[in-house]
Amino acid sequence: MKGYIVLETGEIFEGELLGDQKQVHGEIVFFTGMTGYQEVMTDPSFKGQMVVFTYPLIGNYGVNHLDHESKHSQAAAIIVHQLSNQGYHYDANNTLSDCCKENGTPLLTGVDTRAIVKRIREKGDMRAILTTDLKDVDFTIIPNLADQDVVAEVSIPKKIELGSGDHHIVLLDFGYKKSIVDQLLELKCKVTIMPYDSSFEEIEEMKPDGVLLSNGPGNPKKLTDLLPSIKKIAIRFPTLGICLGHQLLALAFGADTEKLRFGHRGANQPVIDCVTNKVYMTSQNHSYVVKPQSLEYTGFTPKFININDQSIEGLLHKELPIITLQFHPEAHPGPSDSAHYFTDFIEMVEKKGREKTYA
Amino acid sequence: MPKQEQLHTVLVIGSGPIVIGQAAEFDYAGTQACLALKEEGIKVILVNNNPATVMTDEACADVVYFEPLTVNSIKQIIDKEKPDGLLATLGGQTGLNLALALHDQGILDEYDVELLGTPIDSIKKGEDREAFRTLMNELNEPVPESDIVNTVEGAITFAEKVGYPIIVRPAYTLGGAGGGIASDEPELLRIIKGGLALSPINQCLIEKSIAGFKEIEYEVMRDDNDTCITICNMENIDPVGIHTGDSIVVAPSQTLTDIEYQMLRSVSIKIIRALGIVGGCNIQFALDPYSKTYYLIEVNPRVSRSSALASKATGYPIARMAAKLSIGYQLHELINPVTGHTYASFEPALDYVVVKFPRWPFDKLVHAERQLGTQMKATGEVMAIERNLEAGIQKAVRSLEIKVEGLTLPSLKKMTESELWDLVIKADDRRFFAIMELLRKGISINDVHEATQINLFFLNAFHNLVVLENQIKNNTLNSVTKNELSLYKTNGFQDHWIGMVWGVSESAIRQKRKLFGIVPRYKMVDTCAGEFTASTSYYYSSWSGEEDVELTKDKKKIIILGSGPIRIGQGIEFDYCSVHGALSLNRLGYEAIIINNNPETVSTDYATADRLYFEPLTVEDVLNIIDLEQPEGVVVGLGGQTAISLVEGLEKAGVHIYGTTIKTIDQLEDRGKFYEFMNEVNVPHIPGVTAENSQEAIQKAIDIGFPVLIRPSYVIGGQGMMIATSKEELEDILAVNHHDLAYPILIDAYYPGIELEVDVLTDGEDIYIAGLFEQVEKAGVHSGDSIAVTPTYSISDSTKELILQYTKQMANGMNLRGIFNVQFVHYKGALYVIEINPRASRTVPILSKINGEPLIEYTIDLLLGKKLKEITKKTGFAPTPPFYTVKAPVFSYQKLSGVDPILEAEMKSTGELISISSDLNEAFKKTFEALEGGSSLVGSKGSIFIEVDESYLQEFEKYKQVLLDEGFTIIEDEFDQWIHSNEAALLISLPKAGYKTGMDKRIEALKQRVGVITELTTLDVMLKGNESTSSHLLSIEEWRARTSELVQ
Ligand SMILES: Nc1ncnc2c1ncn2[C@@H]1O[C@H](COP(=O)(O)OP(=O)(O)O)[C@@H](O)[C@H]1O
Ligand SMILES: Nc1ncnc2c1ncn2[C@@H]1O[C@H](COP(=O)(O)OP(=O)(O)O)[C@@H](O)[C@H]1O
Ligand SMILES: [Mg+2]
Ligand SMILES: [Mg+2]
Repeated sequence: MKGYIVLETGEIFEGELLGDQKQVHGEIVFFTGMTGYQEVMTDPSFKGQMVVFTYPLIGNYGVNHLDHESKHSQAAAIIVHQLSNQGYHYDANNTLSDCCKENGTPLLTGVDTRAIVKRIREKGDMRAILTTDLKDVDFTIIPNLADQDVVAEVSIPKKIELGSGDHHIVLLDFGYKKSIVDQLLELKCKVTIMPYDSSFEEIEEMKPDGVLLSNGPGNPKKLTDLLPSIKKIAIRFPTLGICLGHQLLALAFGADTEKLRFGHRGANQPVIDCVTNKVYMTSQNHSYVVKPQSLEYTGFTPKFININDQSIEGLLHKELPIITLQFHPEAHPGPSDSAHYFTDFIEMVEKKGREKTYA
Repeated sequence: MPKQEQLHTVLVIGSGPIVIGQAAEFDYAGTQACLALKEEGIKVILVNNNPATVMTDEACADVVYFEPLTVNSIKQIIDKEKPDGLLATLGGQTGLNLALALHDQGILDEYDVELLGTPIDSIKKGEDREAFRTLMNELNEPVPESDIVNTVEGAITFAEKVGYPIIVRPAYTLGGAGGGIASDEPELLRIIKGGLALSPINQCLIEKSIAGFKEIEYEVMRDDNDTCITICNMENIDPVGIHTGDSIVVAPSQTLTDIEYQMLRSVSIKIIRALGIVGGCNIQFALDPYSKTYYLIEVNPRVSRSSALASKATGYPIARMAAKLSIGYQLHELINPVTGHTYASFEPALDYVVVKFPRWPFDKLVHAERQLGTQMKATGEVMAIERNLEAGIQKAVRSLEIKVEGLTLPSLKKMTESELWDLVIKADDRRFFAIMELLRKGISINDVHEATQINLFFLNAFHNLVVLENQIKNNTLNSVTKNELSLYKTNGFQDHWIGMVWGVSESAIRQKRKLFGIVPRYKMVDTCAGEFTASTSYYYSSWSGEEDVELTKDKKKIIILGSGPIRIGQGIEFDYCSVHGALSLNRLGYEAIIINNNPETVSTDYATADRLYFEPLTVEDVLNIIDLEQPEGVVVGLGGQTAISLVEGLEKAGVHIYGTTIKTIDQLEDRGKFYEFMNEVNVPHIPGVTAENSQEAIQKAIDIGFPVLIRPSYVIGGQGMMIATSKEELEDILAVNHHDLAYPILIDAYYPGIELEVDVLTDGEDIYIAGLFEQVEKAGVHSGDSIAVTPTYSISDSTKELILQYTKQMANGMNLRGIFNVQFVHYKGALYVIEINPRASRTVPILSKINGEPLIEYTIDLLLGKKLKEITKKTGFAPTPPFYTVKAPVFSYQKLSGVDPILEAEMKSTGELISISSDLNEAFKKTFEALEGGSSLVGSKGSIFIEVDESYLQEFEKYKQVLLDEGFTIIEDEFDQWIHSNEAALLISLPKAGYKTGMDKRIEALKQRVGVITELTTLDVMLKGNESTSSHLLSIEEWRARTSELVQ
């Protein structure tokens, strides 16, 4: 069936629509990684977003049962230049189009993806409607993603406990990726995943050694209610914030965030460590950033800066054991150059633990 | 750390003459590196004896030495120039080996020269097999188990230990001959016996075979602050077992999941860190298609052919950045020059597919063994960029300039299924086409996969193309719909081929699709998949989506057609010419547009021309760009035969061609018309006839008199020119080739005189002869394979006068402006023309450099309408330089088996070098010194085997005496015994003209790495060189400034 992407600007791009949906609304964004479509699709941070893949052949190695980042597809739609649908790989147990179909994710193929990227580059991430009927296009019926409560849609309803080990980490779930948990389990942690709106008391009750605020979709300012409790948590426990978690920690300590014209989404975002001057290739997926000027009086100093646009990519707290990372050290998709920040976090947790014992 | 301040002067080592495995990619890398250093205010001293390179231009280096790439000569240069640093990682294996030797012999220490970039230790760990293994073991990274064996038993024991299959790689055999993969003991016995026997040192490397795994390469960079990035990964369509240089390769990898991609990327970074490389590095992996198991195949601690490919595939200039890193910059301190506003510390994201296809020399070297294996045989390669794999493959295939019809190799059409399977399983250069043929016969991709291990993903793309071929065959011009035609074009089918299938002209298809509005769109290679705006004009075409090109209107535009892949007979000299053409146009205020498809070259560096279109060189591809850009016209004289062959189609389409017309080209290329023309302008040519059948051939040959030179044309390729000394011989030749010969054939009188060559500039009236080369070997040896000297050393002034006069007559008589090349033969007191090439030639870069004259700039001026007198103020012969320049051919025999190293009228050399001295004999001496592993007698002792035809016996006597006087022994029989002795120094094999007598001996000598001489005159200059005692070490700049006397 013919399908169309209608941009907020009114511009229309045509393609072949697979799947049964007739219309989807969302924010249109692009991802520049050349592999990892399965991970992207299932990353809860993409909730509410239609993902344009810049690499033109998508689906080459199919979909397998190992590489999902959450139970099912999360993106609002997948937009590709050419679907390669045989999925030739020994691990593959499904084709991309079937996977999309089963998950109810519309897949639009045969699209001039590069042109859409150029529009987003010029005009910024914007709203879009995927439809089969050009006469039925109305941007007013669904609010902007920035005004939607998407975290609530992806966070778990009840806590889950996983693994066993010396360190107990509470993962506050704003839409976590499975790879984050995998990293913690690999480091011999006991992990308790808790709903995003768990109270300070509920968390304290778990007696964690450290808390990890996960990634997640949407605008961090939609969660201002949670900020006081987040601040308390971070003061009380060694804390790692990833992506949305990083933004929330910054906000909790009084910093401000803003929306990028178009987000960083890909596997090649260069980030410099302000101390060592070493540059890491990082996996990223975010629209919002912490404003550098707003860090004064928060106790945070920038630890990582994006080489290309100088935006803040991570923070260290001057007194408290808090690390925040705008990028994804857990990779999947993308390079795992920065995976050692999990180890750093666990070391921080251990140190704090020792302080407790000897205090 | 920013730039190291203590570096003022840096010595750069180039990679020398082009040979298989070390080609134009090092000119590209070297040029980038030299320019990157110069930008920093560093004085660049360059040593490279390859005259056809761009890097040896004044604009690239401050001081250039065309000296042999030997430790000795580099030591002398170091002594003289006192450089602070040495950059050797951009000169290929040659550069690395020299750096190692200079270090090991204490020369770097002695002169306090800092080795820039990668440290010696890292080079050793990358290069030395044992050190590499040890490091991999330390890092816990798997390498296939291997051993070096000298006995059959040793091999069996090893195999029992590690298990089959086992790959055998005999040491030092031609083209890896004698190697193979054994899946059980009997097979191993057979292969190892042969391998040991073939190896001149009776040695084989045996290794656990991982053939059939996916072969994946990563290009990695590291700065001295330990920041590491991977520029690109590449996947070989041909799995492990076929050298990457001989594999069809795609970028980025297509069949790896993110987990696999990142796994190998992480290992690459781990290894480059452990090696401590500063700069670029290439890492090759074998990945099991059915698990996450992988092996390291090898690491090249330097830039390479693959890094050139990766640079062109991504836009990221690896060599340039590597040079900056080597002087202390860090990646995040350098701007990404493609976007102009982001930084070099990032990893390119591609939004297209890149296909690389090798170009093999088997069309010229028809007797060479075509089977592919672990040793590279391709002389060059092409690259294609598209938005889908199918169209990428199509573009690559048509860029090869081999005789194909679409994706069909005509010679395979009649083959049976089992013959095709043979080609596919044995894997020779025709494998892709054989697979296509099998798929056309209905063989399933699964069957092909079983036999070849080629991933189904790729085979599926091949199959898609076959399906589309059939759809096209069932369609017609009248019935085709817009959507159908659009589908064909998106998948890369050319107007020409569709027209052929439908029995209509190419232009009919063109019209129809334009009517439908189907035209290609040009997209930008921007390193970032569109994420950022980019400031470079590097484009490729695709048949869907929107245009990225922003047309400029402020300047007039001119297109320069490049010369495609490097092949025998068309090397990097044309790249040099194209590059200079672009620079000259730019200087004159034009916008220069280059079209080319060779990823190894400087011309396809996006920084060379104002705009680069990375496209195949066919009439359709070029016309499409012309439609978009609307240039003033097209320059064809700089792109070799590739560009010349497009003139007809372009002219028919109404394109303005500078300086020449199809009529002129026809006049020179069609023998009949050529003779007519020569008669018109009153210049003697070698008598020749055209014969329509064998009887006529024999009769006409008798008429012109034996010996004759036959210039056959073939239905599907065959051996080139041949000499027949008698009627019987001619009959023989015609009978033997009966099946393949396509009449008419051309027959010339054979005049084995002194061959002379000139490069000429003309405005149609005046001429300027930029240089005159005299060839050492007599005519009958292809000018590309002859040693040539300028100025001439045995030609009388009156002959030179005649050359001038004839050349002027020819220039005035034809409709041509710009540059052309003429070959003469001086025979029995008279001067004849052999051929006229209406274009720049192999010798143009040499003359430009030794005379310090920008010949290509002059050419461009002429093409644009200037008068010669306005440009040079000189006419007639260029002033004679105060020194001799000797050009010598370099062959890649060690990479190929089955090739007879006899010098003949068919060209076989892959590259060339020059040496310079005011003393001719010294120049010869340097030439033979530089012909590494070649036929140098300099300083050697031992015995020489001679096999001399009686026609040369008398002349040979005097050389024999010289050789004896010099202490060599002469052997005339018991060849087998001689060749295996340690004494064997040289084989002198002089068969009767036109005969191949002694071929087996010559081939055997090559196998044993013993030099072969097949012309008396070669021996003559070799001995003259041997006698020379003078020794000059001057840069080209110094030579030009001298006013020395020439000494013969
Ligand atoms: N153990 C092996 N089994 C099968 N093929 C191999 C093995 N090792 C190497 N090869 C093949 O041989 C080719 C050349 O080997 P490589 O070590 O890369 O040498 P080179 O220095 O010529 O590049 C590789 O590209 C690969 O296809
Ligand atoms: N009639 C001839 N007599 C002797 N040698 C010839 C004759 N014609 C050609 N040759 C030799 O063959 C070589 C190649 O011929 P040429 O016409 O230049 O072809 P190409 O197009 O390959 O350069 C020449 O360089 C010359 O040495
Ligand atoms: Mg290799
Ligand atoms: Mg010639």
